[in-house]
Order: sequence, then C-alpha cells, then structure tokens
Amino acid sequence: MASTDIKVDSPSTNKVVDKNELLKKRKERNIRIGKWVMPIIVFMITIYLWYWIVQVNSIPHYILPGPFLVVTTLIQDLQILLSALQITIQITLMALAVAVIGGVGLAILFTQSKFFEISFFPYAVILQVTPIISIAPLIFIYVDNRTVGLLLCAWIVAFFPILSNTTLGLNSVDHNLKDLFKIYGANRWQKLLHLQIPSALPYFLGGLRIAGGLALIGAVVAEYVAGTGGIGSGLAYTILEAGYRLNIPRMFAALLLIAGTGVFIFAILSFLSHLLLHKWHESALQKEN
Amino acid sequence: MNNNSRPLLLELKKVGKTFSEDIVALRDMELKIHSGDFISLLGPSGCGKSTALRIIAGLTEPTVGDVDWKVNHGSGAIGVVFQEATLLPWTTVEKNVWLPFRLQNKSFKEKKDEIERSLELVGLKDFTKSYPRELSGGMKMRVAIARALVTDPEVILMDEPFAALDEITRFKLNNDLLALRETLGCTIIFVTHSVFESVFLSDRIAVMATRPGRVIQELDVDEPYPRGESFRTSSSYGVICRKTSDALKLAMEN
Repeated sequence: MASTDIKVDSPSTNKVVDKNELLKKRKERNIRIGKWVMPIIVFMITIYLWYWIVQVNSIPHYILPGPFLVVTTLIQDLQILLSALQITIQITLMALAVAVIGGVGLAILFTQSKFFEISFFPYAVILQVTPIISIAPLIFIYVDNRTVGLLLCAWIVAFFPILSNTTLGLNSVDHNLKDLFKIYGANRWQKLLHLQIPSALPYFLGGLRIAGGLALIGAVVAEYVAGTGGIGSGLAYTILEAGYRLNIPRMFAALLLIAGTGVFIFAILSFLSHLLLHKWHESALQKEN
Repeated sequence: MNNNSRPLLLELKKVGKTFSEDIVALRDMELKIHSGDFISLLGPSGCGKSTALRIIAGLTEPTVGDVDWKVNHGSGAIGVVFQEATLLPWTTVEKNVWLPFRLQNKSFKEKKDEIERSLELVGLKDFTKSYPRELSGGMKMRVAIARALVTDPEVILMDEPFAALDEITRFKLNNDLLALRETLGCTIIFVTHSVFESVFLSDRIAVMATRPGRVIQELDVDEPYPRGESFRTSSSYGVICRKTSDALKLAMEN
C-alpha cells in the first residue's frame, strides 16, 4: 500500500482545560461528600427540633420524652433491652435462614417441573398477600411452641421475595447459553449448577435484601400477636409492656434498637451482595466515564 | 477446489422443518460437508439458514429427512459460535474456555494445556484471568472462538458471529479466522448475510432462498488460501462477489 502518500499530524501536547468537565468533577465531589454530611446535618436538626419542642411546650415525659431522656433510658435499661434484642434477632435470623432454604428450594423445584410451579405458585401468592397480622392469631392457636409460632410467622412474610426473585432468576438464563449447554451434552444437574444458579444469584441477592427487613417485621408483628411475656420475650413485647406502664422513654429506646437492627441487617446483606457480585455483575460495577 | 478428494463429514438429506402449517422454515435441503470445508450459508433473513445450523447442531430435530454423520458427533465434536459471544459473565476467560470440558466432568488442571493453547491461538493468552466485562466486543468473540476450538471439534458452527461487530474489528477477525483455519485445518460452517464476508472466507457458498428455505445454488470460490488483505482488493474477488450477488438476487426473487 502506498503509505508514503499519507501524512499523519502529530497531536499537540498543550494541555487544554475543559470547563464543563471541571464543573462536572466538582459536582461529583460535592455529592460524594454530601452523601455523608447531609444526612448527619438533617439528623442533628431533627434531634434539636425534637428537644426544642419538648422544652418549649414542657411536654411531660410520659407523653413525649426528649431525646436525651431516650438515650439515658437506653443506657439504664440496656441489660433488659439487649436480652430482648437478642431474642428478636434470633427469631429474625432463623426465619431468614428458613426463608432462604424454603424459598430457594421451592424455586429450584419450580424450575425443574413446570407442573409443580403452575400448581403451587398461586398458593405462594395467596400466602404472601394475606396480611400476617390476620394469620398470626390462628398460628398461635394451633402451634403450641411459642418460638415455632414466631418463626412460622416471620417465615411466611420473608420467604416470598426470595421465592419469586429466585424463580425469576433461574428462568432468566440467556437462551444461547442454554443452547450451548445442550450442544455440549450437559445434564439437568450440570445446567442447574453451572448455569441457572449463577444466573439467578443477583436476583436471589435482591430478594434476600428485601427478605431480611421483612423477617424482622414478621418477627416483631408475630410477637405483638403472641403477646405473652416472661423470660425469653423480644423487643416487641418490651414495647407492649412499657406501653402498659406508660414507660414511654423505654418504648422509644426499644424502637431505636429495632430500627437500628433493620438498618444493620440491610447493610450486612448489601455488603454480602457486593462481595459476591462486584467482579462481574452490572449492578455492582462502578460507572465508567 | 475439488471437494470430493476430502472425506465426507456429514450430509443433509432432504431435510425439512415445519414450525406450523403456514411456516415452512426448510424444505428438501440437501448439503454435503466434507472434512476441511469452509462453507458459508448465505441468504436473506428468514431463509432458514440459522434453522439449518440448529439442526446440524442437534438443537432441533428436522421434521423430515435426516442429518447423516459419517463421524462420531458426541459432546465436544461440535463447536459453536453465536452472534453474541455468549460467555458466562461470572467467571474468567480461562474458566469460560474450560466450560466444554467441565461439562464432560474433566477438571481444569487436567485440561490446562488445551485451554492455554486455545487462548494463545486467538491471541488472548495475556487475558486468561480477565472477566468478560473487561473485554471489548471483538475480544469477547475471540474467547467464544477459543471455547469452540478447545475440544478440537470435527466441525465448528458459526451463526453470524461477526455481524454485531464494527467493520474494522470484523475484517481483523476474518483474517485471524482464516489464519486459525490454516493452522488447525478445521471444518467450518458459517452462516452470514454478507456476500463479501462469505466470498472472503469460504471455499464454498450455499446460497439459500426463502419460503420455503432451501439451497438454490452452490458456488465454489476457487481462490487459494492463505487469503490476505490483497485478496479483498483483487479483481477476482470482485468477480466472485458479483456472481454471488447475482445468485442471491435470484434467490430473493424466487
């Protein structure tokens, strides 16, 4: 080829600053910092307003305790609250574990047999859409063991997002990959293990994050319904009992712990999701450019 | 080139595929594939060329007729490359190339040499530990080709493998595919809707017509390999492209 006819200009080495790009960079940096700073500012303002309203109107502490009283109560009653929290977390985690086993197990059965899926999926939906608060009293009539009853309630609430997401994931396999597996003579088990389960992983983890919060809600609601106190009762019962005694600061302290637990579960599950997906899945990748 | 000098690999005998009463994808398709052939199935969309490929791959059964294999065609005898690279996104390049062996229950260690060689052939030996998302479209396609080669198959089926790539990448991959074939002497059945690509690559072109899909003409491309960039600009290339275009036009009027 007559490459001698083509002349290539060498690029200029002068640095050129693009104003728009600079502006964009500054905005990104502000958002990065603001993501942490702004919620903290909002939090401090809210706490101050709360304090201020209680002070100015001299609201009695059995109606609305101030923020400092709540924190003091939290510290004073820490032993009672922590042992109750432990029970609630135990129920939540056990329910979540059973939801994962049940949800994933059912989802795998569903994908192995279409007939099984069309027979049972409607009942999974019915179980999900019926409010747990209306089923729970019945459960506590028929189930003698309190822990089993609580577990059952929490499980009913938590398992559906795992089931439906995992089923969706197992069925969302790239059809070319399915063909490829068929050409190489993969059996049902190999297809499940090497293709369907990895494909379903991001969907499953999305379901798991929702289920984590729901398991906590299920555990708390079930405990409200179960209502019996004594040794081995969780945070929901602590709130009920404190309510009867007009111990409002303790109600707030228990509420704080429940909310904190929910956030903690979500954070842990998000981190797990990041660990498993960050190398390959779109959802976990940093946006480029 | 005289195909009859090579042993027959497989033969489509009066193959027909009917999806429903109105949709006849293929009718009476006859095709002989000899060992070492590079044959292109060329035709307008809807002529059943992909269906023919799927029947050869064993993904669909023909409604009538049969595919007569002269060699063993069990797992690993057929390599496939689709229009998309179709890689497992959750694992590395080398583990993707391992897949055909993995499905035969052969360990990665046991097959490490074959996997490395295959990746070297497609020019990706520095990217064995990369994830598919880190690669460009052309590189992903190279991984797919490496995966198809790794079992040393009797035949490689390619279903418009480079159609989604830009022209510069496509030309480069065309050249590299021919070089690979020189090295390995493999048999390739290549589905395409590009006249230029089919002429550049193959030694035989089966032009297909629609409704019902069938082979209406087979053209030999009597140009010696290796074919390089100079073939793309040669006069004989132009002549064969013209001839092929005319056959295709006929197929579409038919």
